[in-house]
Amino acid sequence: MPWIPHFGEAPGKAGRYTGFLGARGDTFAGMPANAVPFPGRTTPLTGWGRTAPTATRLIRPRTYEEAATAVRACGARGGIARGLGRAYGDAAQNAGGAVLDMTGLDRVHAVDADGGTVLCDAGVSLHRLMEVLLPLGWFVPVTPGTRQVTVGGAIAADIHGKNHHVSGAFSRHVLSLELLTADGEIRTVVPGTPLFDATAGGLGLTGVILTATVRLLPVETSWMSVDTERARDLDDLLARLTATDRYYRYSAAWIDLLARGSATGRAVLTRGEHASLETLESSARARGARLTRRGPLGRPLDFRPSRFPVAPALVPGGLLGRTTVGLFNELWYRKAPRARADQLQRIATFFHPLDGVPHWNRLRGRSGFVQYRFVVGHGHEEALRRIVTRISARRCPCFLAVLKRFGEGEPGWLSFPTPGWSLALDIPAGLPGLGAFLDRLDEEVAAADGRVHLAEDARLRPELLGAMYPRLPEFRALRRELDPDGVFVSDLARRLGL
Amino acid sequence: MKDAFGTPQSLLILGGTSEIALATARRLIARRTRTVWLAGRPSPDLERAAAHLRGLGAETHTVSFDALAPDSHETILGKVFAEGDIDMVLLAFGLLGDQAHDERDPVAAVRVAQTNYTGAVSAGLVCARALQAQGHGSLVVLSSVAAERARRSDFIYGSAKAGLDTFTQGLGDALHGTGVHVMVVRPGFVRTSTTAGRPETPPATTPEAVATAIELGLRRRSETVWVPGALRLVMAALRHVPRPLFRRLPL
Ligand SMILES: Cc1cc2nc3c(=O)[nH]c(=O)nc-3n(C[C@H](O)[C@H](O)[C@H](O)COP(=O)(O)OP(=O)(O)OC[C@H]3O[C@@H](n4cnc5c(N)ncnc54)[C@H](O)[C@@H]3O)c2cc1C
Ligand SMILES: NC(=O)c1ccc[n+]([C@@H]2O[C@H](COP(=O)([O-])OP(=O)(O)OC[C@H]3O[C@@H](n4cnc5c(N)ncnc54)[C@H](OP(=O)(O)O)[C@@H]3O)[C@@H](O)[C@H]2O)c1
Repeated sequence: MPWIPHFGEAPGKAGRYTGFLGARGDTFAGMPANAVPFPGRTTPLTGWGRTAPTATRLIRPRTYEEAATAVRACGARGGIARGLGRAYGDAAQNAGGAVLDMTGLDRVHAVDADGGTVLCDAGVSLHRLMEVLLPLGWFVPVTPGTRQVTVGGAIAADIHGKNHHVSGAFSRHVLSLELLTADGEIRTVVPGTPLFDATAGGLGLTGVILTATVRLLPVETSWMSVDTERARDLDDLLARLTATDRYYRYSAAWIDLLARGSATGRAVLTRGEHASLETLESSARARGARLTRRGPLGRPLDFRPSRFPVAPALVPGGLLGRTTVGLFNELWYRKAPRARADQLQRIATFFHPLDGVPHWNRLRGRSGFVQYRFVVGHGHEEALRRIVTRISARRCPCFLAVLKRFGEGEPGWLSFPTPGWSLALDIPAGLPGLGAFLDRLDEEVAAADGRVHLAEDARLRPELLGAMYPRLPEFRALRRELDPDGVFVSDLARRLGL
Repeated sequence: MKDAFGTPQSLLILGGTSEIALATARRLIARRTRTVWLAGRPSPDLERAAAHLRGLGAETHTVSFDALAPDSHETILGKVFAEGDIDMVLLAFGLLGDQAHDERDPVAAVRVAQTNYTGAVSAGLVCARALQAQGHGSLVVLSSVAAERARRSDFIYGSAKAGLDTFTQGLGDALHGTGVHVMVVRPGFVRTSTTAGRPETPPATTPEAVATAIELGLRRRSETVWVPGALRLVMAALRHVPRPLFRRLPL
């Protein structure tokens, strides 16, 4: 059977297809005739938001040599690394080219339990790290809203967590990393160098991260001590965050974007700290429980995330419509205590409430959804207010959105965090007029010294990129030098002209 | 690349002077489209259309393309794809013909059949292959309600569009799972300069309405789009009307 050269010996659907269109011969004016068939599967891929699928040759290297071979043999349409595919948009896709699934490289090589560092492969997930490290009394320096991201993805998107105002983004805690570059060589990259600053937040476009050494945070228990309070509107919320954020290591607010009028921007703040052993012991005493493996609280450093059934594969798009979401938001706001201090919560409950429902992204139905995560600079609170008001006025069926006050900016050239206010919301992509609506918000954001998170993006207008990321020219120049043939490329890079 | 809403950044139009295609281009340029290729038979109209789109801010090129010369399609379209990714191909060329005249002039009738059907088969296959190599893109094909059921008034055109329609559906199935999206668009009577003076069959629509429906279809990754949307139901009913009755309907 004749094969389409670019897709290699693809079994399944693609294989059936190539017999049909491949029949006209193996060359085509627009593509090189000598393209090498590469063993691997041709698979349509999307990001977590499930929009804009494109087909790729998916390769899963099991060794660094396999990764290097794959990079050298990427072919005309290049390659890009992919972790657990939690980026919402098209950052980890590469239409017609290769995608290196890094989750096959998943070894934790060494933990320095005294000094608090870990050396691991880039394909290791933060979930796995928590399983390994918590019993030893260490925690990852930064965790996003899900544990299901890889260390490579955490560096490449320079992710931030609820502790950004204290600890900065993930890459600040990376002591060194090994990078497989376009020439097929492996380089050791340390902070303070241009290559490090381009790679942190560089969306895989400088190369494939193979390993990283990460500095950890000491903890006494696997519990969080959490303070909850309600804010009645946006002003109240911003005032509370400004006044008291510095007393907490972790802080974020869940904001109800369906609330209107005087309640616009009402929110629940949850802020916390890792619970000390003393706190946990006194709480156990109060309950008459003992901190043993079988006890209701387990041992102090046990990591016990809960799991619910997997979300069904096909959900009618309208299930999570405005009414359902509105009701949910209302209930959730009402049920939150007006103020409550020192509540003990498990790590998973505090940081990753959505991880309990694997594949929750399917609940958004067929046309998928977009995540809009942006930040506006301090002093631009008016812009934030306008944006929040516009979103509420539009009645988007947004589940709880997250507002967070960022600390200092990051050295990474394309890192997202910059001092100011960040808001994240997800919206069904099928909502009429959404594209134009978000375009207008982008303008507001760009004018307010702000930007959108590229790892979450699936729709930004390329023209605004330069205003949002002023260090883009340096990034492009470094890439031109390091990767003159453009080996590393993704759909995102093509769409935005990175 | 297309964005999350399926809006393309680059667009190739086959049949570069088609009113429906140009209305679609205008709409997409207002959103994300920055590069447009107008493929068609060289003419002042084609250049005028290109200048018009340039005025709207899109980098616009013209290429000489004749649906009746399938031997040249691979080379001509190959060159376009070699310049860069094409996010969307709009196959818009077509020839309505003059039924009464063509019934008496078989050569003219064959030209209608070849333009609408075999020309599109050739161009469609070439584009499908290039899109598949890219791993992404939409192929949007302008079929017609006339493809759905033979009508006394335009069955030469209708039969060619029926061939095109079936071809496109099959191509869509063949390309399922390759990252390429294939969409059949079936407009009813569209008021354009070509149809001016011809008797309107309700519900009539406009090139702008077709453009809007195409944009929506891209966002939903639809496989079939009717314009206006109500035609889907109307045609579902008409399909089952017995022929003796159907013949007498004023369609
Ligand atoms: C529920 C949820 C909550 C989230 N919350 C946050 C949050 O609070 N803060 C935040 O910053 N982000 C957040 N995110 C986004 C997520 O953290 C990032 O998109 C992260 O990059 C995903 O990691 P991944 O391993 O899934 O990478 P992927 O999604 O597979 O890839 C993301 C990017 O990293 C690159 N990459 C992956 N592995 C490597 C490697 N080994 N070498 C080089 N490049 C690589 C890819 O090329 C791509 O550009 C959230 C996502 C979800 C789904
Ligand atoms: N208008 C309607 O009522 C209606 C309804 C349903 C479907 N449609 C279909 O929709 C499509 C566009 O319609 P429209 O109204 O926009 O048509 P239009 O304005 O008449 O345009 C037809 C296009 O086809 C091109 N064409 C004809 N023969 C060609 C050939 N041999 N090679 C290359 N190009 C050729 C024409 O190019 P030149 O400039 O070189 O002639 C013109 O660009 C057509 O396929 C039509 O069948 C139309």
